[in-house]
Amino acid sequence: MISQDMGLFLIFLSAMIVNNILLIRFIALCSFFGISNSMQTSVGMGFAVVFVMIMATTISWLVYQYLLVPFDLLYLRTASFILTIATFVQLEEMFIRKMFPPLYRAMGIYLPLIVVNCAVLAAAFLVIDYNLGLVKSLIYTLGVGFGYFFAIVMFAGIRERTNMAPISKSFQGYPIAFITASLMSLAFLGFKGLFGL
Amino acid sequence: MSTEAIPIPVAAKERTRLGKELTKGIIVENPILIIMLGLCATLACSTSATDAFGMGLAFTFVMICSNVVVALVSKITPHQIRIPVFITVISTFVTIVDYAMKAYTPLLSRSLGVFVPLIVVNCIVMGRAEAFASRNGVAASFMDGVGMSIGFTFIITLIGVIRELLGNGTVFGLGVLPAGYQPFLIFILPPGAFLVIGFLMAVHKKFFQKGGAR
Repeated sequence: MISQDMGLFLIFLSAMIVNNILLIRFIALCSFFGISNSMQTSVGMGFAVVFVMIMATTISWLVYQYLLVPFDLLYLRTASFILTIATFVQLEEMFIRKMFPPLYRAMGIYLPLIVVNCAVLAAAFLVIDYNLGLVKSLIYTLGVGFGYFFAIVMFAGIRERTNMAPISKSFQGYPIAFITASLMSLAFLGFKGLFGL
Repeated sequence: MSTEAIPIPVAAKERTRLGKELTKGIIVENPILIIMLGLCATLACSTSATDAFGMGLAFTFVMICSNVVVALVSKITPHQIRIPVFITVISTFVTIVDYAMKAYTPLLSRSLGVFVPLIVVNCIVMGRAEAFASRNGVAASFMDGVGMSIGFTFIITLIGVIRELLGNGTVFGLGVLPAGYQPFLIFILPPGAFLVIGFLMAVHKKFFQKGGAR
């Protein structure tokens, strides 16, 4: 598991590959299956998640350490984190709609859905649970974000191929996607034990 | 309103409508298998039947309570700020469940870990609040919540039972297979979760969805 005394690079690799958020920890699977139909949207979503995640973790870490802890309001953790994230997603949505309209159209419903993207909230919770400092929290979040990006883009690549393949009727669509994810997860499981993590 | 003129048919119709809200979540609109929501918790918390059932119960509480409260407040909530309001409602109930589980079932709470607070971003709860409870009455929303919860709890427990049985040779912690059984360790590891749900979906598609592939 991740702890305070690990080196930065180790934290990054551990978050990105060994504990890949999608395939090993099962967080944020809705978007993983929902938008991985096309490569382009997956890349867009991947970037969106990395961006939101970094911002959200920074803000929620500060909120936690400087508001919730001193005032003994720990029970407000869930509510305050989710509201912080919701605000940031609104901001990002406006930004992307203004600057990259095609990307905005491509992502459609999934951009507002980052609010309920568990990965962002989970990263914010996990850095608190692991008791990491701000710098290590950010490195960890970066690793989680890249892990998300890496997995969803690879998965989209594979799904573009399986969409063409002859598959028996009951397995078409989502069932085969789950089987594919299972095999990918098996591959990622091979990294377990790397660096003795 | 012709309620007084023909009281019985209306009441009966209302009853069948509420019944339908209840049953649709179980098979026809099953939140996990059809609407493809709430997957994170389903996959992560199904390594054993006990964990899965505990997750189902926690989810049930949050789902029903937040559906009812959202239905109550949706009339007085301005449209633009409805999402933050719903999220606040949901996160309140999630906090209650989180703290109650920490106090009464510390073991279960530890094994579910971060997934209890993550119910707040469980898309089923948010999705039903937005798509159903904000547009329907309290009774219908309550029924919808109960139905969706049963559907969710049923599937997550089923996955939990299958994974625990194949991966560990037990169900709810009790050994049911002969002593010589060699467990498939893979089923309690992450890939097994994807595998089981993939096959369940294929089965559901074969037997409950007319017309095959969507």
